[in-house]
Amino acid sequence: MNKPRLAIIPGANCAGCDYSLLDLGEKVIEVLMAVDIAYWPTAADLKLEDLEKLPDGSIDLVLFEGAVNNDETEEMAKLARRKAKNLIAFGACACFGGIPGLANVASKDGILRKAYIKSLSTVNQQGTIPCKLTRLDGIELTIPEFLESVKSLDQVVNVDYYLPGCPPPLKLVAEALTAALSGKLPPKGTVFGSMKSVCDDCKRIREDKKITEIKRYHQLIPDPERCLFEQGIICMGPATRGGCDAVCPTVNVPCRGCMGPTPGSQDQGARMLSALSSVIGLEVETGVSDEEVRKLILQVKDPLGTFYRYSLPKSIMRRVWGVRE
Amino acid sequence: MVENFEPNIVVFACNWCSYAGMDLAGTSRIQYPHNLKVIRVMCSGRINPVYILEAFANGADGVLVTGCHPGDCHYISGNYKTRKRIILLERLLEQFGIEKERLRLEWVSASEGEKFANIAKEFVEQIRKLGPNHIAKELRKEVAVV
Ligand code: SF4
Ligand code: SF4
Ligand code: FES
Repeated sequence: MNKPRLAIIPGANCAGCDYSLLDLGEKVIEVLMAVDIAYWPTAADLKLEDLEKLPDGSIDLVLFEGAVNNDETEEMAKLARRKAKNLIAFGACACFGGIPGLANVASKDGILRKAYIKSLSTVNQQGTIPCKLTRLDGIELTIPEFLESVKSLDQVVNVDYYLPGCPPPLKLVAEALTAALSGKLPPKGTVFGSMKSVCDDCKRIREDKKITEIKRYHQLIPDPERCLFEQGIICMGPATRGGCDAVCPTVNVPCRGCMGPTPGSQDQGARMLSALSSVIGLEVETGVSDEEVRKLILQVKDPLGTFYRYSLPKSIMRRVWGVRE
Repeated sequence: MVENFEPNIVVFACNWCSYAGMDLAGTSRIQYPHNLKVIRVMCSGRINPVYILEAFANGADGVLVTGCHPGDCHYISGNYKTRKRIILLERLLEQFGIEKERLRLEWVSASEGEKFANIAKEFVEQIRKLGPNHIAKELRKEVAVV
């Protein structure tokens, strides 16, 4: 019998997802022995032509890493879909846009101007900005061009499975690979992860206490037993899908939301906004003025950046609108 | 100001006070603008911020949230939660590029038919001045590219 074919195709990624594969340790050798690698630029010396030559639908499992941010990654996403029997959005960026998705707070032109002209460390007297096509001595050079907005994989092509996380938790990677290699994949559309929130996996003690002061992480040494949120540190646990065993709060670091929205919720930020409004406040708010409440709640300086750190492109609003910078 | 612009406004009203207040405006034959699309919920605290974001994403020019006066919520603290959510949501809308004046929270009791009518008029005028919410159109374009 032929071995199943596996391809790992990068989009706008940082290769952190590849590391999560290497974290499988010796098991990675087992996986590599069990499959035929069709494409994996981070680890295997195969060229894009090799991938293109394969018949459509002939790769049993394709992991697509990273967001879709320019015309090249968009092509890669389409290629991944064409070649894949099963396509997994692998990691937070492919699932929800992830960190590269935060580019959606700015405009395409604004980003280029900032990076190539306005940043303090840049000297660029002619104000040259990269462009799609350059002609030089009769030679045409092309480079990828940014899309107007960064997208998640499923905003470009149909996706069969989702494996979130930044990077995806080892346990879930093993689960997905085992399922795929043994031909026992769950129904299409499944998200590998738990059906509960990070809080449900978190062992910290919650006392249903209200907080009146939001603290930055460097401002205190948190009590190792008690819920971080109830100690004043914004923790995305209540708005985030579990499945990572709450690794961050377990080591005293607040959850930043990399597993994406909780099951059934469309918008991680809206969910977090509700959670925060329940946690911040006074035990009794009768007779408390609007101004006082405003002061309390607006201690959250950057709700957008905090609540949508990994999921802005997948949010209801998708991006910041009307920005020129 | 945009010519002939009729604002499209979504109103969320809690069952126990504000919806009754609106009803009173109607039965007392107090005129208020026809631009409102009223959605009744059991309590203002039941209004998921998702509903408000969805309303804006789907073309609402303004969203008016109403609930019982502080201390009067039938579920004790629903409106206090709402107050906090709306303040934070205003901030978030601004960050998304939506004028915060498009979202408004008002307390309306069952006996305040007239107050409701005045708020409605005032809010419709405010939105008329702000003009249409363009984001819904832009969002549709973006989605259509897929
Ligand atoms: S808010 Fe954070 S620290 Fe608190 S229970 Fe949830 S995951 Fe744990
Ligand atoms: S605790 Fe939160 S940030 Fe940490 S891995 Fe889990 S989902 Fe990601
Ligand atoms: S019942 Fe009216 S605000 Fe809660």
